[in-house]
Amino acid sequence: MDIKSYFTPDVIGAVYLIAVILFVVGLKQLSHPRTARNGNLLSSLGMLIGIVATLFDKDILRYDVIVAGILLGAVIGTWMAKTVQMTGMPQMVALLNGFGGLASYIVGTSEYFSRQTQLPGDLFNYATVILSIIIGMITFSGSVIAALKLQEVIDGKPILFFGQKTLNALLGIGAFVLSVLIILNIQNGELANAEKMFVGLGVLAFVLGITLVIPIGGADMPVVVSLLNSYSGIAVAMTGFVLSNSALIVVGTLVGASGIILTMIMTKAMNRSLLNVLFGGFGATVSGGGGIAPTGTIKSASPEEAGMILDTAESVIIVPGYGMAVSQAQHVVKKLTEYLQKKGKTVSFAIHPVAGRMPGHMNVLLAEAGVSYDILYDMDQINDQFSNTDVVIIIGANDVVNPAAKTNPQSPIYGMPVLNVEEARTVFMLKRSMNPGFAGIDNELFYKNNTLMVFGDAKKTVEGFLASLEELDK
Amino acid sequence: MSELMLTFYVFIIATFLGFELISKVPPTLHTPLMSGSNAISGVTILGALVVAGYGEGWTSLTGILGFFAVVFATINVFGGYVVTDRMLQMFKRKKQD
Repeated sequence: MDIKSYFTPDVIGAVYLIAVILFVVGLKQLSHPRTARNGNLLSSLGMLIGIVATLFDKDILRYDVIVAGILLGAVIGTWMAKTVQMTGMPQMVALLNGFGGLASYIVGTSEYFSRQTQLPGDLFNYATVILSIIIGMITFSGSVIAALKLQEVIDGKPILFFGQKTLNALLGIGAFVLSVLIILNIQNGELANAEKMFVGLGVLAFVLGITLVIPIGGADMPVVVSLLNSYSGIAVAMTGFVLSNSALIVVGTLVGASGIILTMIMTKAMNRSLLNVLFGGFGATVSGGGGIAPTGTIKSASPEEAGMILDTAESVIIVPGYGMAVSQAQHVVKKLTEYLQKKGKTVSFAIHPVAGRMPGHMNVLLAEAGVSYDILYDMDQINDQFSNTDVVIIIGANDVVNPAAKTNPQSPIYGMPVLNVEEARTVFMLKRSMNPGFAGIDNELFYKNNTLMVFGDAKKTVEGFLASLEELDK
Repeated sequence: MSELMLTFYVFIIATFLGFELISKVPPTLHTPLMSGSNAISGVTILGALVVAGYGEGWTSLTGILGFFAVVFATINVFGGYVVTDRMLQMFKRKKQD
């Protein structure tokens, strides 16, 4: 008796259920750093079980194509994962997400072409196939654009042009009309027409993915990457509807929910609506910010002078931002942390939800450098502590520490929750130059009496702090 | 209840489960959460396997499409899990040199 005859739909369904349980438990274990790694292993085990069960599906008649595809994909995927730099993680996630979207698109397309013969097909099935290929393709092209922007192959600034929103609206309407036409053509038996339109719909979705992401600025990419992540989950859930496969629906929905939650956290942390992030072209124009430009004098210090102040401090909070990633300063920041701790000072890290280019970006970089995760604090946990702190070191963050968000109603970032760094006794602002931050807004913090600007590359500056401290201890 | 209605039930319950699970993940782990859930969204591979295994092979459009679907989904799965594991093993509490 053929082994496949044991794998009835119910048996495969039961095995899928085990896989789903492993995914759920895996995600649950991701709620603590101690158990997270194990959770990820369980999740991958779930995937393996799902794959093996599928290989016994009676519809699978040959394995050469499958084996070749898995081998090639496994080699490329593992190579990418092993070689990517931690600072390049946002691009990596975007790109992987894009590949998943592309796979969904291809599966949806094949599904469509193989179902055509079963006319007059189920309307609902066609609608879900169409949705899954649109979402899959938008995920693909949108993610690739996001990755290119994050890698700065494409300018990270928002790219805006006349009639952009109209174009997007037209593309969206076009996709909808085409979808309806495809279904009508199928019902009338005009399969050749429907086929051409189906291909056209893919092209339209491809273009739409590009035009949707291109106007969004680099610093808003965390939102976009999270959102695209949720799209890829939704595409999977749609495929689940097509195949009446509850496992795919559950799993796709879990991923969709994770992307949506992260998106909401990000937009809330920026005090902006999702629509504003997606269509606002934030940061494209430097409008002068309106209202009163901050006045006063800027004081700067050399790393040596800053080191001396640091030597007398008892409590230090470090605020990392994207600049730390750019100059790869995380390792020397860890050295500084250890040195200060050895001298009996308390050191903590304040991490704004939108610091960096993806949710949790800073935490990963600091973990890479070996900073213990229990001294990393979220904004809400640490914002009260700044007033009892001697020195705050801001490394490559700008808009998230701008007090104008609290005080100046004219400011474009007014209302955005920011870190109360100015309440500390002394603030070191590490900065390459006086250029404004991503939002193009002057930062009031620079002009405060207790702020010292330390100009230069973040990594070199922190090395300077260390050298100065070591000199004092000689 | 029809099968379609049943799948809707599954969908809605899964939405609640998803929100419940994910909102418990601390911000520190948000990047691994993204890459990990990203790997999970690679379950499209199950669909890709069926397409690639239809039996028409290399000479057919389905075969070629299936091959590429398997390749891209596998990159998503392997890349996602391996990179998540790489990140998570770095999260340590005690300092060690």
